[in-house]
Amino acid sequence: MENMHHALTIAPFWNAFFIVLSVIAVGGYIAAVIVSNKKDHLSKWPRYRTVLWIAGILSAFVVMGGPLAKAVHMDFTLHMLGHLLLGMLSPLLLVLSSPIRLILRALPVRRARQFTSVMRSGYVQFVTHPVTASILNIGGLWMLYTTTLFQLMHKYTWLYFLVHFHVFLAGYVFTAAMIYIDPVPRRYSYFYRSVVFILALAAHQILSKRIYAYPPLGVAREQAEAGGMLMYYGGNIVDVIIIYIICLHWYRSKAPRASLHQAH
Amino acid sequence: MADNSRIVKTSTKNHYSYIKHNWWSGFLFGLGMVTFIDETVFHQLLQWHHFYDRSTTELGLISDGLFHAFSWFATIGGLFMLADLKRRQSLNWLYWWGSVLTGAGLFQLYDGIIQHKVLRVHQVRYIENLWVYDLVWNTAAVLLLITGLIIIRQARRRMKG
Repeated sequence: MENMHHALTIAPFWNAFFIVLSVIAVGGYIAAVIVSNKKDHLSKWPRYRTVLWIAGILSAFVVMGGPLAKAVHMDFTLHMLGHLLLGMLSPLLLVLSSPIRLILRALPVRRARQFTSVMRSGYVQFVTHPVTASILNIGGLWMLYTTTLFQLMHKYTWLYFLVHFHVFLAGYVFTAAMIYIDPVPRRYSYFYRSVVFILALAAHQILSKRIYAYPPLGVAREQAEAGGMLMYYGGNIVDVIIIYIICLHWYRSKAPRASLHQAH
Repeated sequence: MADNSRIVKTSTKNHYSYIKHNWWSGFLFGLGMVTFIDETVFHQLLQWHHFYDRSTTELGLISDGLFHAFSWFATIGGLFMLADLKRRQSLNWLYWWGSVLTGAGLFQLYDGIIQHKVLRVHQVRYIENLWVYDLVWNTAAVLLLITGLIIIRQARRRMKG
C-alpha cells in the first residue's frame, strides 16, 4: 500500500476542513433544536436525539479528520474499520436523530412547505427507493473493492474524498430507506423492505468474503483477510440493530386495538 | 350461555387462523438459531469451521451470504412474531417448538449437504475421517427434523381433540 501515502501531503488542510464541517453540523442541529423548542405548540425535542446526532457526526469525523484518518491510509483493516464507522454506524446514528423532522419543525411554515416539496420530488423518491438506495450503497462498495478504483482513490485526493462522501451519503440514504424514523415521500411495506434489506446485506457479506479471498489491488493478503472478516462481522452489529428496529416498528404497527386502548 | 359458546368458538377459530403464524415464527427462529449456534460454536469457539476455504465455489459464497443475512432477520423476526402471538393469546407452544426443531433440522441438513459438500463453503472440521463428522452432522439434522415433525403432528392432534 505504498501509494496510499500520497493523500497525506495536504492532510492539515483537510483536517481543519472536517473540524469546521462537524462543528457546523452539530451547531446547526442544536440551533434547530432551540428554535423548535421555542414553538409552544410543539412538544420538546427529545434530548437523546441530539446525543445521537453528535455521536453520528463524531463517528464520521474520526474517519475523515483526527488521528484515525491518517492511519486508515496505511492499514487496510483500519480502512475497513473506518468504512464501518463512516458508512454504517454514523448513518444509523444520524437517521435515528431524525434530522428531517427537526428541520421541518424549526423552519417557518412557508419554508417547511418548500422543503417538503423538495423531499417529495421525483429525484428524492427515486434515490430513496429501497432498491435504488441498496444499489447505490452496496453496488458502490463492489465497485470500490473489485475494480481499480480502490488503488486510484489513494492516488488522487479528490477521488478519495468523493468516494468517502459517497460511502457516507449512500449509507445514510440506505438506512433512511429501510427504517422510517423521519417522514418519507413514499412508504414501502415491511415485507418489501425486509426482502430488499436481506438481499443488500447478503451482497455486503458476499463482498466481504470476496475481499478475503481476492484482495483488492495493492492490499496484502493478511490485511485483506483481516479486513474482510472485520467487514463481515462488524457489518453484522449495525445490521442487527437495523433489523431489530424494522421488526420493532412492525410489532408496534400490528398492535391489536384492545391493547392500544390499554396503552393510552 | 349463548354468548359463552360464541366466545369459545371464536377463540378456537382464532387459534386455527394463527396456526400459520405459529409455524412461521417457530420455523424462522429455528433456522436463525441453528445458524447462530453454527457461528458461535463451530466458527468461533471450536474454530472447526473456516471463514473461507480455498475450494469454496462462487455459488457457495452467494449461498453463505444469503443465509447469513437471512438468518439474522429470521432470528429477530421470529421472536417478534412470537411476542405478537403471545399478546394475541394465539400462541401454541407445542406447535411452536415443533416448528423450531423443523426449521433447525432443515437448515442443518441444507448446511451439511448442500453448503458443506456440494458448494464446499467449508468443511465441518479439517481432519482425517471427515466422513464421521459429516455423518454425525447430518444424522443430527435428520433427527431434529423428524422430532420437529412428530411434535407438530402431536400438537395438531391435541388441537382437534
